[in-house]
Order: sequence, then C-alpha cells, then structure tokens
Amino acid sequence: MEKFTVHTGTAVPLRRSNVDTDQIIPAVYLKRVTRTGFEDGLFSAWREDPSFVLNNPVYAGASVLVAGPEFGTGSSREHAVWALNDYGFRVVISPRYGDIFRGNSLKQGLLTVELPQAAVETLWDLVEADPATAIEVDLVAREVRASGQSWAFDLDDFLRWRLMEGLDDIGLTLRHEEAITAFEGHRPAFGVLVG
Amino acid sequence: MSRTLAQKVWDAHVVRRADGEPDLLYIDLHLLHEVTSPQAFDGLRLAGRKVRRTDLTIATEDHNTPTDNLLTIADPVSRTQIETLRANCAEFGVKLHPLGDPQQGVVHVMGPQQGLTQPGMTIVCGDSHTSTHGAFGALAFGIGTSEVEHVLATQTLPQALPKQMAVTVTGELPPGVSAKDLILALITQEGTGGGRGYVVEYRGPAIEKLSMEGRMTVSNMSIEWGAKAGLIAPDETTFAWLKGRNFAPKGQDWDDAVAYWRSLPTDDGATFDKEVFLDASALTPFVTWGTNPGQGASLDAVIPDPESFASESERAAARRAVEYMDLTPGTPLRDLAVDVVFVGSCTNGRLEDLRTAADVLRGRKVADGVRMLVVPGSAAVRAQAEEEGLHEVFTEAGAEWRFAGCSMCLGMNPDTLKPGQRSASTSNRNFEGRQGKGGRTHLVSPAVAAATAVTGHLSAPADLDAVGAR
Repeated sequence: MEKFTVHTGTAVPLRRSNVDTDQIIPAVYLKRVTRTGFEDGLFSAWREDPSFVLNNPVYAGASVLVAGPEFGTGSSREHAVWALNDYGFRVVISPRYGDIFRGNSLKQGLLTVELPQAAVETLWDLVEADPATAIEVDLVAREVRASGQSWAFDLDDFLRWRLMEGLDDIGLTLRHEEAITAFEGHRPAFGVLVG
Repeated sequence: MSRTLAQKVWDAHVVRRADGEPDLLYIDLHLLHEVTSPQAFDGLRLAGRKVRRTDLTIATEDHNTPTDNLLTIADPVSRTQIETLRANCAEFGVKLHPLGDPQQGVVHVMGPQQGLTQPGMTIVCGDSHTSTHGAFGALAFGIGTSEVEHVLATQTLPQALPKQMAVTVTGELPPGVSAKDLILALITQEGTGGGRGYVVEYRGPAIEKLSMEGRMTVSNMSIEWGAKAGLIAPDETTFAWLKGRNFAPKGQDWDDAVAYWRSLPTDDGATFDKEVFLDASALTPFVTWGTNPGQGASLDAVIPDPESFASESERAAARRAVEYMDLTPGTPLRDLAVDVVFVGSCTNGRLEDLRTAADVLRGRKVADGVRMLVVPGSAAVRAQAEEEGLHEVFTEAGAEWRFAGCSMCLGMNPDTLKPGQRSASTSNRNFEGRQGKGGRTHLVSPAVAAATAVTGHLSAPADLDAVGAR
C-alpha cells in the first residue's frame, strides 16, 4: 500500500446521497479475477449520461471525490475501492460511509474523510464556482483545507499510522502468530470443523 | 459485569488486545464464493502464504451460476471466475460445493442448512449479507477482499469494538405480516445509515416468536440500515433447528454446546449504547418504492411526495428515486403493475419462504404478461421443496421453477431485468440497476410477491380473498 501523508488535488462534486457500491461499480464488472483495471466500471451506468459530473471536462484529472451522505453502502465489493483508485481518486469526502466500504478503502490507501454535511456543501460550492480549486487533504494534521478555509476530521490513531506508513495488515498480524497458535489450543471441543 | 450477547461472543474470540490498537479476533468459520475470493488467493500466492485453517473454511458457487441448468455457464467471464474458484480451492485444499453438488447454493443458505452456523461463533465472508448468520447468535459480518486474504492467511481479523444497539420489537405480528415486512419497516424507520457503527441485537416478543428462517431474514438485512451485524439470542427454537444437522455437535458435545449457548443471551442489566423500538402489532405488508431499502412504505400507502421529506438530502434522493422508478407521487402502491416477480435470494430463498409463496399460489395462476421466477436458495432447499410437491404448485401456476443460486438478486448471472422492467422481488436491494441495468425493483415479502404475481400489480394475499384476481 502506498504511504499517505498529504494530498493536494482538484475535486469532483458528486451531489448525491446513498451512492451504493452497485452504483460505484455494477456487478457485471465483478466477474473479473484481476485486482486492477477497474476504471472503466467506475459509475459506468451514470457515465452513460453526458450530463453526469464525471463527464464534465472541467473536472478532468481530479483526485478528490466529494459526495453526499451514505457513500459506499451496500455490497462488500472491494472492487468499488479498486475502481476509484484505478480512476485516479486518492481521497473521498462524505458525511458518512457504509462500514465495509470504509474498511476496504483504508486498507487500499484510499483516504475516506468524514466531514459534516455543511462542510461538504461548502466544498461543493467552492469547486463548482472554480473547478481548479485545490483541496489539500492533510492526514498528518487530520485537516482538509481549501480556499483559505479548513476543516478538522477524525481518524483513529492506529488507522492513521497504518496509512501513513503504508503497512500491510497481514504482515502486522503475523507478528502475533504465537498468540494465534496459543488461542487455537483453547478452542472448545464442540466447535465446527469443516474438513 | 453484565454483558450483551455480542460482547460475550466478542470477548470469547479476542486473540490479542493492546492499547491503541484494534482487537485481534479469531474467526471460527470463513465462507467463500467465487466473486470476492480470486484476488485474495492471488495475494496468498504472491506472498507464498497458505490457508491457515482449511478446516474452518468452506466455499460454494452462487453469484455467477445459471439457474436454468447445472452444466453450462454460458458467459465465458463468469465461467472463468467459477473455474478460478475451483482451481484455488484445489490448490489450497479448501472444501467446495460446486454447481451440481447437493449442498451447493447461496452461501448464506448453504452454511446454516448444514449446521455450520452455530451460536457464539464468529463468521465472516466476503459478502455483506453475512449478517444473516447473526440469527443464530453468531457474530457474523461481511468483509472486503483484503480482509478475505487476511483471514485465509491468519484465521483472524483486527477489529475495533463497535457500539451496541438493541432493537426491541414489541407486540405480535398480525396475520399475513412477516419477518420481511418487519425488517423493511424498521429500515424505513431508521434510514439506511441508522445502524452505522453498531452491532445490533434484535429482541422482544415478536423476534422470539419468529422461526429460524424468519430470524435469518431479519438479520440478513441488518446491513441495509448500515449495521455491522445483527444478532438474535439463541433459544429453544435455535437448538431445535440445529439438532441433527450435519455439522451440529453430537452426543456429549451437543450437551456441552447447548450448555454454553444458554450462557450467551444478554445479561439482565447489560447496557446498550442505543435503543430502538418497533411495535410489531402495528405493522402491515411493507414494500419499497424507491432506490434504497430505506425508501419504503406500507402497501396501503401511496408514492410519497419527495418534497415531504425532512432534509434536503432525503428530498434530493427521493426526487431522483421517483424519476428512476418512473413513479408519480400520490399513486397507490397497489396500482403499480409489475413485469417480473422474483422469489429467492439469501433473504427469502428458504423452504419456509417457498411454502409461503406456494400457499398463496395454490389453485391460482400467474397473471398474463407477468414472468415469475422461483429460485430456491440452495440445492438442498430445492430437493426439500420437491419432496413437498411445492415445485408442482409453482409450475401449475405458471411460474418458473429453477435451480439454486443468487439469480435475480443481482445482475451477475443470466437472470436479469431488462431496461425499464419493474419487479416485485423478495431480495434485499432495490438499488438502481441492481437486478439488471435500467431495472426497477420493489422489495417485498414472499407472500406479497406471490399475490402480486397473481394480480399483476403490487398486492397482498388478503387482496386475493377480498376481490379475487382482477
């Protein structure tokens, strides 16, 4: 996972709530067995509409997606995170996320920032007024800055550290393999064994 | 100290706890299917890792599989994904129930039917509807592919302790009102984000009276209002359902297990971070009109005016939903004509659901111009239904009796809606395009699905008795 400290980029204002993972990437794109190349599936149904915000050339090259509440609800598909990453997004800003999507994003170095609805609306207005507005997302200071304004955001210390170091979770867990083995020695005899 | 059911299960699985870090939780059962596992197995291969506990891991094929035959997967991309799962399971030594196997089926039907799902367990799967297994008093939740790889490699997951919520359902469900109506009504009451950050426990007399199938329907849709998991305390209903199943403990182990399971329900005096109440006796058949599961209403209601919602974001979502669903505010829900009726999925693809639908259809016909698909949740459910003759009820009514799989719950296999088609579906998601690009989904109970098939427009069984098929 790539390390994340501070990212500065332009943004796309997605004025929608309840953007579920079926919208982020429809199921037909989930048949692939690879982990990359999902950019064509990102919002594919909505992108067929020429007026959809991602089709507006003024937002080309943006790396921050600013969306309404309940972003990434629904299906657990990590493909939603891969598609956002593959398309070029590094940050999503929304008032609230689906839990599984949020967990997936933070494992893949896509920073999902939670800001209040009012901040999201201010960002929408700023970006729509000037699509070249630079959004600075500072994970070290846990702060989003744009056009002289700033908003603090929360992120658990451990998750922040892991993102800043770009650490692999499995490697971290395997440092405690002895504890796992010890735990396995005490599981009840009536427990299920498949094989 | 008094603890909740979820806390007890959690505490019993902590491998390692350290300040400032998430707990490392042991996973008792890891369920796999073809869609969310290929990249995880690839990750293992790249790192030279193996599956730590093949004896706690089991796979099935469900999302991509056809339901019109057991032999041919026509779409080459779907076929490759299935073949990849078979190759991965063979290489890593994971047990698999492939298409055609008597235990094959939707992952959340396959596990419980074999007795793999038991109280007090931790269960994960790369599938958001893993919450289904919470109906047994297991802590069960969906995970992403990175986490699938993590569990394959370590049999653990780092997890931060979620908050606890109690959902108390008082009173008694009126006749003709089911677990599906209950959970749809709750999601509309609380909104799609209402459960976010919580592990939920469903409790109260209306929950206790539900069958295991009904409890699974309720727990299944926990994720649709954002909850991490949805548990129900194990009781005599749970034990009776489990006893004698393939993987249920036997002999002394059974007695030991039941003694342990009896210790799991929430202690008197345990506290929850939040409490929510629902009066079952006030419920009616409930359906969705919009494009998220929180946009629902009583079948007796009309399409709401988007401007009637409290917040601008709800109003905007309702405006968009009404447009996508091609609806006119003020129209009675019962006036909505459907093209397709789907009975099946991990929400409502169990034997009891099929019995309910068959009871409504017996001696009746599916309306002209309506296509009805009945898709058992698993090959075993299909076999049981055929033993009871349910398949004959469906086919005589003019419905299609199909093989087990996820089918029309999601647009990943040949069973899809065509653009503009409207469905009444017993599945769990009415998202835009969920059942096929441009498709319009109304979530309903099995009884409402069957009655709707008969009349051709959204209906409850009571409507059939009152006025006959229009």
